[in-house]
Order: sequence, then C-alpha cells, then structure tokens
Amino acid sequence: MTTGARRIDGWTSVALLLTGGYLFMVVWPLIAVLLSSVSREGSFSLDGFATFFSSRLYYGTLINSILVTVCVTVLSLIVAFPLAYVMTMFRIPGNRVIQVLILASMMSPPFIGAYSWILLLGNNGLITRWLEASFGFDPPSIYGFAGIVLVLTLQLVPLIFTYLMGAWRTIDVSLLEAAESMGVTGWRRALKVITPLLLPTVLGGSLLVFVRAFADFGTPMLIGQGFRTIPVLIYSSFVGEVSIDSSFAAAVAVIVIVVTLAVFLIQKFIVDRKTFSMTAMRPIEPKPLRGWGGWMVYLYVYGFLTLALAPLLVVVVSSFRNTLYGQFVPGFSLNNYVNAQRDIIRYVTNTFSIGVTALVVLVVVAVLVSYLTVRRKNALTGALDTITMVPYVVPGLIIGIALITAFSQPPLVLTGTFAIMVLALAIRRLPYTVRATTALMYQFSPSVEEAAISLGASKVRTLVQVIVPALAPGILAGAVLSWVTIITELSTTLFLYNTSTQTLSLGIYAQVIRGQLGTAAALSTILLVLTMVSLMVLMRIGGNRELRV
Amino acid sequence: MTRIALQSLRKEYAGQVAIPDLTLEIADGEFFTLLGPSGCGKTTLLRMIAGFNSIEAGTIAFDGTVINDKPASQRNIGMVFQNYALFPQMTAAKNVAFGLQTRKISRPESERRVEAALDAVRMAHLKDRLPGQMSGGQQQRVALARALVIEPALLLMDEPLSNLDAKLRVEMRDTIRQAQRKAGITTVYVTHDQEEAMAVSDRIAVMNLGVVQQVGSPAQIYRQPANRFVAEFIGKTNLLERALIRQDGKALVELAPGQSIDVTDLIAPDAEGPIQVSVRPEAVKAGAAGLPAQVLDETFLGSHSQVRARLATGETVEFLEFSRRLSLWQEGDAVSLSVDTGLLTFFDAQSGKSIMRGASA
Repeated sequence: MTTGARRIDGWTSVALLLTGGYLFMVVWPLIAVLLSSVSREGSFSLDGFATFFSSRLYYGTLINSILVTVCVTVLSLIVAFPLAYVMTMFRIPGNRVIQVLILASMMSPPFIGAYSWILLLGNNGLITRWLEASFGFDPPSIYGFAGIVLVLTLQLVPLIFTYLMGAWRTIDVSLLEAAESMGVTGWRRALKVITPLLLPTVLGGSLLVFVRAFADFGTPMLIGQGFRTIPVLIYSSFVGEVSIDSSFAAAVAVIVIVVTLAVFLIQKFIVDRKTFSMTAMRPIEPKPLRGWGGWMVYLYVYGFLTLALAPLLVVVVSSFRNTLYGQFVPGFSLNNYVNAQRDIIRYVTNTFSIGVTALVVLVVVAVLVSYLTVRRKNALTGALDTITMVPYVVPGLIIGIALITAFSQPPLVLTGTFAIMVLALAIRRLPYTVRATTALMYQFSPSVEEAAISLGASKVRTLVQVIVPALAPGILAGAVLSWVTIITELSTTLFLYNTSTQTLSLGIYAQVIRGQLGTAAALSTILLVLTMVSLMVLMRIGGNRELRV
Repeated sequence: MTRIALQSLRKEYAGQVAIPDLTLEIADGEFFTLLGPSGCGKTTLLRMIAGFNSIEAGTIAFDGTVINDKPASQRNIGMVFQNYALFPQMTAAKNVAFGLQTRKISRPESERRVEAALDAVRMAHLKDRLPGQMSGGQQQRVALARALVIEPALLLMDEPLSNLDAKLRVEMRDTIRQAQRKAGITTVYVTHDQEEAMAVSDRIAVMNLGVVQQVGSPAQIYRQPANRFVAEFIGKTNLLERALIRQDGKALVELAPGQSIDVTDLIAPDAEGPIQVSVRPEAVKAGAAGLPAQVLDETFLGSHSQVRARLATGETVEFLEFSRRLSLWQEGDAVSLSVDTGLLTFFDAQSGKSIMRGASA
C-alpha cells in the first residue's frame, strides 16, 4: 500500500507540459542547427567544418576569440580581485555608492561601451583629436585586439567583482582572526586563507566572464575592424556577407557551443570538488586606511570607477551635441532627440511591449520550474532542471540562429513575428532566472507549505496564495534584473527583428552601423536612463539583497 | 474527537529502513507524545500520520477508517511546526484565518473564530503583526491558534517548543496543555525533551531506532521502565552490574560484599543470573549504615544537592541529598548509602529487558 508523494498529480502534467515546450522551443532548434551543420542539400556532409578548418580566414577567428577571451578573463580577475579585497577589508569613503555605480556600469548595454570608446579614441575621437592638436601625437588605435580587450575588461570586471563581494560576505571574521593569531596577515593571508575560500566563486565568476567575452558580438563588430572574432564570423556568414551557405554558419555555431561547453564542464569539475558551505556569523569589519597605502587604494578604486563610468558619461554628453550627416560638429542642442523622435517612440514602444511580455513568460516559467525542481524532486523534474540550463552555455547569437533554423518553415513559421522576439529573449534569460528563483525556493521552509496543506489548502492555492506572495520581493528583484538584461540584449534578437519589432538596443546598433552617431547617442542615453531607473527600483525593493546576474 | 490506529507501519528512505514495523493505538481526546532521541523516527511517524510522508507498508486509521490514500489537505489535521511555519507575508489574523477560507465559513463567523482563537493564546492584541515582527513565543502562539481554529480531528505538533528559551518553554507547554484540554482534541506531540513530555502527556511512547520501546503514562515509564534504554532515557539513573542469586527459594542481589537485598517479591519468578540494577538518584540516601562509599563531588542546587560518590566496587553513584548542612562534602569524605529497594528496577544484563514481576516481556 503506497500513498502520498508517488501519486501522479496536477504537477506532473505541468512538468510534462514545461518539458515538452522546452524540448520543442529550445532543444529542437539547437538540434536543427546541429543537423544543419552536418548536412548539405539533404545528405550527410562535414563540408561546413572542413571549410572552417581549411582557411586561416575562418579558423583564425577562433584563435582570435580565444585570445581575446583569455586576456579579458585574466585581466578582469587581476583588476577585480584587489578591488573586492580593498572594498571589503578597508573603509572606503562612499563604499555603498561605489558598489551601486559599479553595478550600474555592469548593467549598462555592453556595446555602448564600445561605441563610446570610439567617440573617445576612434579616428575622429575626442581624445584622439585633442592629442593630435596639442602634441601632434597619435594615440594607439582603439580598433582591433587591444580595443576589444579594453572595452570587454572594463565591462566585465564589475561582473566578477559583484560575485566576489557576495562571496566575501560569507567569510567569517574569525577565520581571518585565526590566521592572524598564527602570524599570517596582510597579503599572505589574502593568498593563503582567503583565496582558497573564494576559489569556487572566482572560478564561477571567471566562467561567466569567459562565456560573455567569448560570445560578445557587439564590441568586436563595432571596433574589431580587421580583427574578427568568431561571433562576427557567424554573423557575417549567416547574413551572407561571405556568401557561404547556412550549413557553414551552423558548423561555426556548433564549434562555439563545444568550446563553451568544455569550459563549463572543466569549471564545474573543479568547483564541485572544492565547494565549502559557509555562513558568516560575524562578517568582516572594514578597517580605516592611513598613509601612502591608503592613497594608493583610493587611487585604484576611484581610478577604476572613472574608467568604468567614462563611456556612459561620454555617451550622454554626446547625445546633446550637434551632428551633420551623422557626424558630430560643434555646438549643443536637443536636435538628436527631436529629429529621431518617431524612431525613438517606435523603439521605446517595442522595447516595452516585447520586454514586458518576455518578462511575464520568463517569471511564470521560472517559478513553475523552480517549484517543481525543489519541491517535487523526481526524474522528470530533474531532467527539466537540466534542460533549462541549456541556454546558459549557448551564446545569444546562436539562440537566434537556432530559432530561425527551426521556425522559418512550416509547420510553425515565426520569423519576423513579435512571438519569436519574446521567445528568444525569454529563452536567453531563463537559466539565470530559474537559478535565482530556485535559490529563493530552497531558502523557503517546506513546513510553511505543509502548514498550508494541513489547513486544507489545495496545491494551486498554496502556490498562488502562500509561496509566490512570500517569495514576491525576491522574485520581483530578479524580474527587474532580468528586465534590465532583456532591454539591453542585442545578439539574441539580431537575426530575428524587423522594423516593426525593433527595440532600443537593436536601434542603437543599426544607427551606429549606419554612421548615425548622434541618433545612436540619443538612443543610448534613453536606454541608459531606462536601465538606471530600473536599477533604482531594484535597490528600493531589493534592499541589501545580494545581486546576481 | 478521533481515535487513531497505526497498524504494522513501515517507512523506508532510499532503501534505509527508518521504521521497521510499528503498531500503536491512540485514544480519543488523548494527549499522546512520541518521545525519543533525534533520529529515532518520531518526526517521521508524525509526518506519516499528517500525510507528508509516504507509507511503505501498514495502515493508519482515523476512527476505524483507513486514511492512507487521503492527501494531507483532506485529513482535517491541525499541525504546529518546529519553526512555526507562519506565512511570512500574512498578519497573525490572516494566518489564523487561512484554514477557515478553504472551509467555506462565512466572513463574520470566520472573524469571530479567528478572534476567539487568538484570544485563547493571548495574542488578540497583536493580530495585525507580521510574523517578522513577533518573537518566537508569539509566533508559536499564533501557529497554535492557526492549527486549533479549524477544529481539526487531530492536532499534530512537531517539537513546537524546541526553538524557544527555557522559561518560555515552560509557559508555552502549559498554554498548549490547557488549549488541548479545552478543545478536547486528540493530540500527537513529538519531542526529545523528556521533562516536557512528562509535563504535558496523558501517555508517552518512548521510541528508539524506529521501534516503540514502551507506551505508558509518564509515571509508568518513569517508575516501571520496560527496558534499560527507557530507564536511562527517562530521568537519571545509576546502573549497577550485579548477579541475581536464587537461594532457599529467595531471590537475592548482593549490592556490596555481605549486603544483600531480598527481591523475591519484585522479580519475575524465573529470572536469574547477571542483571543490571537501575538505581534512581532519589532511591539513595546517605545515612549511618549501608554501602560504604567515598564522595567525589557535591553540587549545590538550592533545594537539594547532587552528589556523586564512588562505591567500594569502583562504580560511581549519583544521588540527591536534602540536608541543612552549610558546608559541602569534600572529595574523599566517607559516606554510607542506603537504598530504597521499592524504587529499584531490574533488567536482564543481556537483553536489557525488565525482569520485574508483571513487566511485559
């Protein structure tokens, strides 16, 4: 005689429905890409891969990408680790504000950084012209390898910094005191005691940086020029610039997924063996700084902040400059906003309608998936949990390609529709939202749910009336964060939009490519304002909650 | 008003047997406690009765009706959790009203009952507070009101007092006892605290390793422990290894060389051989004659002292000393200890089972 948990109930059908939907919407498109990479005109062929590895023009982009990614990852760590260390250990004036600003710079649209460095250090950039005029000196070019590394590093340091700050908060001060009592202090302690404790976080954060840098399309597209990375190759071969069929693009996409997956598995292998569970009873108390060392620390912190925020400031200021045929000319006005107002209204409307719809889908699916995986553990929900993580290692550009490949022919034609934009954005963000919601769900005591059931509440009523409202602040904070990443997303939707579904970030990209720098600056400013307002809302509802991206 | 019958229950977790085979009867309106060390299966059993754990074999019946396949939400139970499990986003009053909403009770009626329930646990004045704004004791009062307001057939409590401080625990257990008496609801209570169990229960089931060791009133399990485990778990006791000798139709136990006690009337007629004698601290008195011993230490506790002394055999005996002495005994002081034979219990040294006359095997 058996009872209770094993019976098939409503949740099983929900789990089946979600799994089915996910297989159809995510796994099938990716399989379609895989199939397309190994076929030509209907028969099996490895021509796509052969072409890729036969010419330096193609496989060189993979080497370039790996070079950029490794440099960016290492540099980000080198910059972020001391930054997080001094921010935790020492009392730095404006600590809270600094953290918020660093977060803001991280959440700013990625390609705005690239674009803004063009405005500063490009051929016709502010600093370039000033240096030429004053000293007759040509600064190193922002275009190419160095520029990409600079822009991506500045963009991704905040990401790993935020991770490290979160981990640091879990280190109990007694660990540091114990080390001190044994005569280990300062940098030796940082290396011997703290670093091993932070290693899982460092690796986890590095993986995120790696995946982001490897898959970033906007930056190398805007300032790479001759230096082509693999996402740029995928883009140009898919849109036909290199006049090669889609099976070649698919093959390159598969190669990218394989590399990302390999890095992910290596990181997981290392982290799984070195995980500690810590809760700080007494977190680290920052100490005041004195003397020369103190000034060096301030210089480091504020210097980084300036570099990280400079691009944003430049974009905002530029948006008020006069332009002629897209290029900046002397004088300030609101012309960039006024002249592009029709476009602006269209982009903003699309951003909101598509973004909000995607967000609603995302939150509902994430709540259901995390509830199922935490509270209804079985083989099916375990599988669901695993497959929702799939897009985590698939770059946005490839999700776009996969959706086009799968849904551009009957039975389901979605290309160019509102639906495919929503779908793409929701899929892209789902792994992050599911993980955040799952973490919330784990913190929520199961006995609260049992209390509701013991009082006679049905399962649906328990979820809707008890669990979701109790988790609402956390879910809402996660939703705002997702909202920010949705409105700044570029690569996922790059292949999927048409003029009626063009969003702000897509608009900026199009304007920069078209050379309309003034309009691009105005749009970027609007997007930045939107992002900042969202982040402020997040601060209000999230309080001091740890922010994870 | 519910009678509960647990018949041959079995519980496994991933192949590990938590409860092999358990049978129990709980009477209508009874305050029944499952008592045992952590990991003994008491919470597991409670959650099986609640419907939160699956049942691998056996049956659970409420008033003769097997409810194995009834989901928890339809068993009409009130449950009080160790961590209170109040809904964090709802006020005290909303928490209490929650269970009434599913029961289609009219609004004024519901409000009246919520008010009454909160009043009964003296929480009416804080009905608009959120759980985060209440102390642990206040939260547990609300949790109790929430469980009782639905007039459940059965009240289940899982270590409800273990997160409270000592003083509040005593206060809350009186509140619980009073509320239960007044409502007359059959109650199953889980705790690892034997003092708490004795204070509130009509009957107690002492559990160890998923097996019920003894069921009885608090006095029964204290005075007539069914085995060595129960004797040691409930209250304090000194266990002395001795031999039971049959001589001239008498049963004798030699407590010290030359000092035997006659236990013929206490012991089961067929018992013999190596035994263990359980000597409760209150069964020992220091006096002019008796077992010679040396004091190890004396801890003064106000109304009495707790004394540890070493017998000539090397065994340590702990006992209670009520005296008006102003100076405490020092280590090495010689004392003579007399034992109240009527307070002793005897166990078979091998099986650990009671060999008292009339003890169930």
